[in-house]
Amino acid sequence: MKLIKQLLAAATVAMATSTFAIAAEAPDALVKRISNDVIDTAKSDKDIQAGNRKKVMDLVETKILPHVDFMRMTQQAAGPHWRSATPEQQKNLAAEFRTLLIFTYSGALSQIKNETVDFKPMRASAEDKEVEVRSSVNVARGEPVTLNYRLAKGTDGNWKIYDINVLGAWLVETYKGTFATEINKSGVDGLIKTLSERNKKLASAPIKPAK
Amino acid sequence: MKTSIFFGSARAAVLLLVALTLTGCASMNEKDPYENYNRSVFNFNDAVDRNALKPAATAYKAVLPSFVQTGVNNFFGNLSDLWSSANNVMQGKGERGLSDFTRVLINSTFGLVGVIDIASDAGLPKHNEDFGQTLGYWGVPSGPYIMLPLLGPSTLRDTAGLPVDIAADPWGYGITSRARNIGTVVRVVDQRAVLLDASNLLEDAALDRYEFIRDGYLQRRKSQVFDGEDSRKAAKEARAEEELAAPKVVKTVYSDDAAPVAPVAPEAAKPMPPVATMPAETTVPATPVSSETTTK
Repeated sequence: MKLIKQLLAAATVAMATSTFAIAAEAPDALVKRISNDVIDTAKSDKDIQAGNRKKVMDLVETKILPHVDFMRMTQQAAGPHWRSATPEQQKNLAAEFRTLLIFTYSGALSQIKNETVDFKPMRASAEDKEVEVRSSVNVARGEPVTLNYRLAKGTDGNWKIYDINVLGAWLVETYKGTFATEINKSGVDGLIKTLSERNKKLASAPIKPAK
Repeated sequence: MKTSIFFGSARAAVLLLVALTLTGCASMNEKDPYENYNRSVFNFNDAVDRNALKPAATAYKAVLPSFVQTGVNNFFGNLSDLWSSANNVMQGKGERGLSDFTRVLINSTFGLVGVIDIASDAGLPKHNEDFGQTLGYWGVPSGPYIMLPLLGPSTLRDTAGLPVDIAADPWGYGITSRARNIGTVVRVVDQRAVLLDASNLLEDAALDRYEFIRDGYLQRRKSQVFDGEDSRKAAKEARAEEELAAPKVVKTVYSDDAAPVAPVAPEAAKPMPPVATMPAETTVPATPVSSETTTK
């Protein structure tokens, strides 16, 4: 009886507070779902743990990529240089950056073993168009690893990830310096070329699975 | 031996810094005015890592059973918790300081001299704090980025705090220098082993590793100083919120004890005073609670 009462109370509170859940999945719920889904798959799949590239890439492509805004990510990493790039260059840059991040992420995925993720309560209001979802990954040794996400609400009402924070450093911010240096040295095309060379190298190297 | 190398290199780095500041060599990046010097130290560190540390860490990781590695890591982690605790107190984070001190008490006794981290399982998470963070928390700016020989990335502020950290490290007191040196080597190799997977990823992700590590490190340090928030005020609010969300962690550890060190009134099933000012049905505060709560 008490349980039913509590459930009813919880449902009422949920209905009253989560107005944006009606339009689309709430950002924290979305990240939580993707995160659990990916971790469960990676943990249960022997091929992924052995570093089977195709399997890992499939997982990234199907579960994660639809929820990431690479255009925005690249634009922010390129900073003021973005506006001076032609639409063609912007497209190529975003594509190469995307590939690089997929390779990196695939490497990280094949290292998942016994990690668990705790999500922190989100501090945001229903009208917010940009939110930060915070989590920490409990690892075998040492302090938990911070893993935060920045999401923006698209015109279609769906939330997309546009930045990730690992151990306190934002991905976009960390790439900003390198991008600027490379563009100052050899232009946007130079950066695209550097990225594509790195991607070719990574494509031919095997994924390093965790020991 | 190893410790004296570390001491020596820290001192040498400070001296070098003074020299660099006097000559004031110019660079493009304002965060990294000594980029030329830093890059050469980075290359030196990298060579040491490639030829000695990384192979040692790889072997360590491959040969030793996982539980032994965890034990080693926990043992040194436990030692560092003591100084973390002191730094938390110095930053006015009494709650966390007490929690870290309790960690040391529990892990040093029931955790068999720190080899087993039972405090984490009991809900007392680790908070790594050092003197550089304490200085930063009270408003000392990080200053320029500095790559220290053997010790890796740092800033002027953190380099200044380093001698204090080294002196306050319990390891090495009351044991023979031989034991101390062996222990220091094991500790360093173990630390490197923990970072193996991450450093392999870094090789893939970074176009220029020097720059990538620098830009990542500076952000990470800032985040560490304010515990993942943007400012001291925000960090304070986040702590208040955290205590509201889970105020009784220590109690679970001392479930059948009078809890002499428990910082919060254990029977706080009812919300604490600040909560009373908020609507009772609010489950999780949507906005940070601004009032100062339990920490004084």
